[in-house]
Amino acid sequence: MREFGYERAFGVSEAVALLGSAPDARFLGGGTNLVDLMKAGVERPALLVDVRELPLDGVGFTGGGGLRIGATVTNSDLAAHPEVRRHHPALAQAVLAGASGQLRNMATVGGNLLQRTRCGYFTDISKPCNKRSPGSGCPAVDGEHHNHAILGASARCIATHPSDMAVALAAFDAVISYETADGPGELPMSEFYPPVGDTPHIETALPPGALITGVTLPPSPVAAHSRYRKVRERASYAFAIGSIAAALDVRDGVVREVRLALGAVASRPWRARAAEQALIGGPANAEAFAAAADAELAAAEPLPDNGYKVTLMRSLVVAVLTELTEEVSR
Amino acid sequence: MTTTTGVAAVTGAVGSAHTRVEGRDKVTGAARYSGEVPFAELTHGWLVLSTVARGRIRSVGDGPVLAMPGVLTVLHHGNAPRVDTDYMGMLGRPNPIVGLFQHDRVPFAGWPVALVVAETSEQAREAAEALVVQYDEEPHDVAFHSGRSDAYTPGDTPIVKAETEKGDVEAGLDASAVVVDAEYTTPEEHHNPMEPHAATARWDGGRLDVIDSNQGSSWVASELAQLFSFDPASVRVRSEHVGGAFGSKGLSPHQVAAVMATTVLHRPVRVVLTRSQMFSLIGYRSPTAQRIRLGADADGRLRAFDHQAQSLTSTVHEFVESSAVLGRVMYDADAHHTLHRLVRLDVPTPTWMRAPGEAPGSFALESALDELAEKCGIDPIALRVRNEPEAGPVSGLPFSSRNVLACFEEGARRFGWADRDPRPGLRREGRWLLGSGTAAATYPSGVGPSTAAVTAEADGTFTVRINAADVGTGARTAMTLVAADALEVDPDRVRVRIADSDLGPAMIAGGSMGTRSWAWAVTVAANELRERLSLGGGIPPEGITARSNTAEAIGALTQKERHSFGAQFAEVAVDVDTGEVRVRRLLGIYAAGTIVNPLTARSQFIGGMIWGLSMALHEEAIRDQASGSHVGADLAGYHFASHADVPIIEADWVDDPVPGDPVGIKGIGEIGIVGVAAAIANAVWHATGVRHRDLPIRPDRVLCAADEARRRAAGGAGSA
Repeated sequence: MREFGYERAFGVSEAVALLGSAPDARFLGGGTNLVDLMKAGVERPALLVDVRELPLDGVGFTGGGGLRIGATVTNSDLAAHPEVRRHHPALAQAVLAGASGQLRNMATVGGNLLQRTRCGYFTDISKPCNKRSPGSGCPAVDGEHHNHAILGASARCIATHPSDMAVALAAFDAVISYETADGPGELPMSEFYPPVGDTPHIETALPPGALITGVTLPPSPVAAHSRYRKVRERASYAFAIGSIAAALDVRDGVVREVRLALGAVASRPWRARAAEQALIGGPANAEAFAAAADAELAAAEPLPDNGYKVTLMRSLVVAVLTELTEEVSR
Repeated sequence: MTTTTGVAAVTGAVGSAHTRVEGRDKVTGAARYSGEVPFAELTHGWLVLSTVARGRIRSVGDGPVLAMPGVLTVLHHGNAPRVDTDYMGMLGRPNPIVGLFQHDRVPFAGWPVALVVAETSEQAREAAEALVVQYDEEPHDVAFHSGRSDAYTPGDTPIVKAETEKGDVEAGLDASAVVVDAEYTTPEEHHNPMEPHAATARWDGGRLDVIDSNQGSSWVASELAQLFSFDPASVRVRSEHVGGAFGSKGLSPHQVAAVMATTVLHRPVRVVLTRSQMFSLIGYRSPTAQRIRLGADADGRLRAFDHQAQSLTSTVHEFVESSAVLGRVMYDADAHHTLHRLVRLDVPTPTWMRAPGEAPGSFALESALDELAEKCGIDPIALRVRNEPEAGPVSGLPFSSRNVLACFEEGARRFGWADRDPRPGLRREGRWLLGSGTAAATYPSGVGPSTAAVTAEADGTFTVRINAADVGTGARTAMTLVAADALEVDPDRVRVRIADSDLGPAMIAGGSMGTRSWAWAVTVAANELRERLSLGGGIPPEGITARSNTAEAIGALTQKERHSFGAQFAEVAVDVDTGEVRVRRLLGIYAAGTIVNPLTARSQFIGGMIWGLSMALHEEAIRDQASGSHVGADLAGYHFASHADVPIIEADWVDDPVPGDPVGIKGIGEIGIVGVAAAIANAVWHATGVRHRDLPIRPDRVLCAADEARRRAAGGAGSA
């Protein structure tokens, strides 16, 4: 077998230092994605730095009333946390919609943000892939792309981001905290995943060697009135073919605040700002929701086999916003 | 003990629920599967598969790999022992893929090109992944679709007749008041038994000993002997426990590789396939493109029947997915035509997969029947009642027993079918549209010659020797019950030995023929033993053994249409926002002769039905046209039903006596899957008003079809 080193870190700076001590080192969270990729030969780290013992496993309030979620909080604990369920139900729902109970017990928040696409070309080292092997080509464009991106893709890569959790975080303007050898830093979700462009192998804006330490959810009253809906090809244990995180505040039939993020349509969670702008101050009805969805999806560039996603996302936007509106009215 | 002959009370073991006799070993992990049996000096082989879909091997760079830690040898076409694939096996000529490393030609992606053997499995794998094989690549063609101009009608085989025809179908269709003419497709599907294929081979005292996971150890032993030109008596194959097979576990490259390597190395060699390798090495179910034309009178009585089914095969071997055989049993018409067509592509050879032919064929045919019922405006069950044949539609032979209508009657009663409003698209519950559907099921009840031996031991117990294979179905337990009844003793006094080619030839666990075939041989031997014991006298230390061979009796069987039958019912919910289909209820009622062990039989029916659900909604292997190989060839990429997809499922059976039959047992291995996909597709139509003729019924297909139907309706209204 291919041998690799394994170190367990107990402090944040120790973890960062360990990672810097070897080329091709990776942080190991729950290992639910990384270990699979190692088995498939997609990842060949020389060293794994296990971060599960770091003191980053808590969820608590920030000074301003937001939530601070540690990077090593497991997906199961995050979804079960009473404050998360109360203030950001879509986040709890998104996490629960992912993977299986066993995987959620292992997977961490930091690892979830960094999971890799499940594009079948990316995970098969016998095939070209610009993300895995820059410059080798993207066979999905002319090949199997039934579940690939319709928004923000480039000819270099049309893979989608697999995380459900990240879609909810995008809707709630989460901020990612990290630590490097030079000190701490922060990235808002809107900047965390850069556009694909010509560099699909660069998946985050984290500086080299950075360790994600936590996620901050700013205070957001509208987030308490949110939901996540995931569409998949079987009832459980499958990645989304389309998903939506939505939060809505309606008074007197008028949209006062709305958050919309779409999943499984792009290389990153897709914050639907065009749709949000179209909705603010307008009526909360199916026609307006459809028009808002159309405003967002006008930029869609579907390929021969994933055009259904335009129909699906439009339908999801209307359905979920309608449900949220009905809940407000009750 | 009771050893009287004549009409005596049986123990009643057959027909009573019994847990598996080896169940405790299985749940405690004591049962060892073929990849787990320890051997001293064991070595490990790892297969290397071609990465190109067509071409020739230019070079195998074994030099650097031989220097890697633990590597013992690299076998490839330049150095492998010669084998002979020019023989007739039990099921015809062998698939050329078992002629391992005999030439430099690559006929598809995933063709085995080398075997690396090392001291450990990890070393073998690392070396195999490091082995550089260079190819001269040629253009390939893996595009399967209907209407390919190079499709041809294959020759008949003892297993599948390519075409049957009576009457004038075109004239029959012309004269029909109602016609259904529709095309249906099913995708490439894979067996994916939980236990991957694994074999350990070694030479032991001049005999080849193979520990394997297969559906018939006599079968595999005989094929290995012929392939390697070994004396058949020198080959022993054992297959104690098998974690699922479904048609995929006969002779495959892994056993051949293990035998080659142990012959070269003089050490035991184990070869285990990875999940991903299974997608190209062990066969699969061909995709199908089927056209069905039904012509009927206004009351639904069929005048014309035409089922044409196209499937694919490889360029090196012929396999026919016999989807068009159902009509030869189920429905008669004066004009009747069934036809199989094949396309040769640069892909692996398909093989038998649970209910080969009937599974995809029933999706098309039982969907078409539902479409006919809709067009005629009659109930789908009434349509089937109206078309119930007196005799085999093609053969004209009488049925040994045919209780399909009893299945529909009982199923309809339990499902609540009488309350069903036949109109589609009416029932709504929140965002879900609800619908129900039904379909018929059938599968042949065949039998194969078997030998058995039953011994009365001196301690008052009995030992049954029958070379059955228990592929997870409970065959070992079933034979225990059959023997107990025949011997008129309690089952716990009966010990059953199976899955060892030294036990003598017996039918394989395949084609739903195992239990019927083995039970016959066991019963004959047990009856003979009981008669001998009834003569009195003591039992010597070596026991008293009676033997049987059913070959002659099977040859003397009257020619009849012998089949199991069933009726499938499904209730589904379809999400109007997303096109997601969820099955809410499945009910299967079967007429399958004597049910030996209700506990394991129910499991087998339910397992088949879940597979049918999976086939309806999930399963689909994707082939990348550019590389000719799969995308997502693993259990993450190849979806089948998860627990959350599986609703409450009921399976039960009606009485199905088989007059004059020497066994009374029919097969139940395949029939559970037959018709389920059609029942679900028919329910989706009933829920939404839209027909789905392509499997799987994915959310995108449902959503887009609904969208298109809406647009058509709006367009129609606009022009009116």
